[in-house]
Amino acid sequence: MKPPAFEYHDPRSVDEAVALMARLDDARVLAGGQSMMPMLNMRFVLPGHLIDLGQIKALNHIDGHADRLSIGAMTRQRDLEYSPLVRAHCPLLTEAIQWVGHRQTRNRGTFGGSLCQLDPAAELPAVCAALDATLTVASVRGERSVAFADFPAGYMTPSIEPDELLTRIELPHWPVGHGYGFVEFARRHGDYAVVLAAALLSVDAAGRITRASVTLGGIGPAPVRVTGVEQALVGQIASGALFRETTEACRSLDAMEDIHAPASYRQQLAVVMARRALEAALARAHPAR
Amino acid sequence: MDASTDNTTRRRIALTVNGRTVEAEVEVRHTLADFLRHQLELTGTHLGCEHGVCGACTVLVDGRSTRGCLMLAVQANGCTVTTVEGLAAADGTLHPLQQAFKDHHGLQCGFCTPGMLTTLVELLADNPQPAEHEVRVAISGNLCRCTGYQAIVDATLAAARAMQAPGAAQRPVEAPVLPAARAAR
Repeated sequence: MKPPAFEYHDPRSVDEAVALMARLDDARVLAGGQSMMPMLNMRFVLPGHLIDLGQIKALNHIDGHADRLSIGAMTRQRDLEYSPLVRAHCPLLTEAIQWVGHRQTRNRGTFGGSLCQLDPAAELPAVCAALDATLTVASVRGERSVAFADFPAGYMTPSIEPDELLTRIELPHWPVGHGYGFVEFARRHGDYAVVLAAALLSVDAAGRITRASVTLGGIGPAPVRVTGVEQALVGQIASGALFRETTEACRSLDAMEDIHAPASYRQQLAVVMARRALEAALARAHPAR
Repeated sequence: MDASTDNTTRRRIALTVNGRTVEAEVEVRHTLADFLRHQLELTGTHLGCEHGVCGACTVLVDGRSTRGCLMLAVQANGCTVTTVEGLAAADGTLHPLQQAFKDHHGLQCGFCTPGMLTTLVELLADNPQPAEHEVRVAISGNLCRCTGYQAIVDATLAAARAMQAPGAAQRPVEAPVLPAARAAR
């Protein structure tokens, strides 16, 4: 239950980090360590080299722009949790982050680390899916942008090359007055979700839904944007009855089956969680004056 | 043995542990918990699972509760670390939380206790008057097999009251480094 021997590197810049990643064949990066360290401790991974990103100040930032938040990949989850900028512009993230692990893991865990781990039941990938986040990935070849929808390549597999580094996450703002809801079903507080749901709503003065985002996590390998439900909502007057009717479609989503729940229970949870997230979002939505 | 900062297998680190400056050479693969236990002989920090779920190894790093088994000793270079051994006063007077655990039977075997105490020190620094459910959420990352948690919660609420009482001795507990106040490291 101790880490294997490895060579340790702690670059001070992104350029230094990607140069190491290009040069070293058998290297893994260390972000917050809350997933990597358990794997090292149990010797599930045996890297020849470990590249600790913790000294790269340029990766640790939360910046507000007119239309989006720009967040460095090494930003600690607890800094997201307490950030007034995040609370003001992206309250869905503030709400969701409180479900991520425990206080101790949020003190070290990072935004980028969680996204690259891509656990199906994780909250942060679902938030990025809900918001149509854009990711920036760097290597010795330069930078490229990835729409979050294109980021998951498969079960716990992001589509980045072994020598690429996630550096930044951009979260576009939703309009002032938008409603947000985040709900999760887990056996104990802090456990991985069995199913989670994130909802965003814009509602006009007449109560008509002008924009909707409905995301389910824990259902499949990657977060699922339930576009069918979103399309059924837009243009309709928001109501509990509308939500009950439209979220029923979640029952026919492909769902994972494992020791925590059979597929049919996940499908049931999907319907219920989506509806509750929408109800929470509606309660918070107020049309912009 | 080359101990320069470019070395990839051994590093010299300098940090503060329980108020004392410590300089040491560590193997890069050693966890903070093992460094504290073996090199500094501070065995109060316990290893329950070594994969981040039990919380027995929790220590404070720059005022923040941290799983000692999920951090490398080299990552603590330049940090301020507080372990359970650093909670009582120099003259042996127990921290109010420790006294409350004693008074309210908040421990039996004591294995989870160091992790519980450091976690709760952080809670009370952030939230001096927590509600019961807030205490329960705060310790949700710490497993106890003996007490059933109620006595731990009772002890915490009692400690909070004692620490807020007029005339309560102001203990120099490590202040958490809040985001707004922290300079870029």
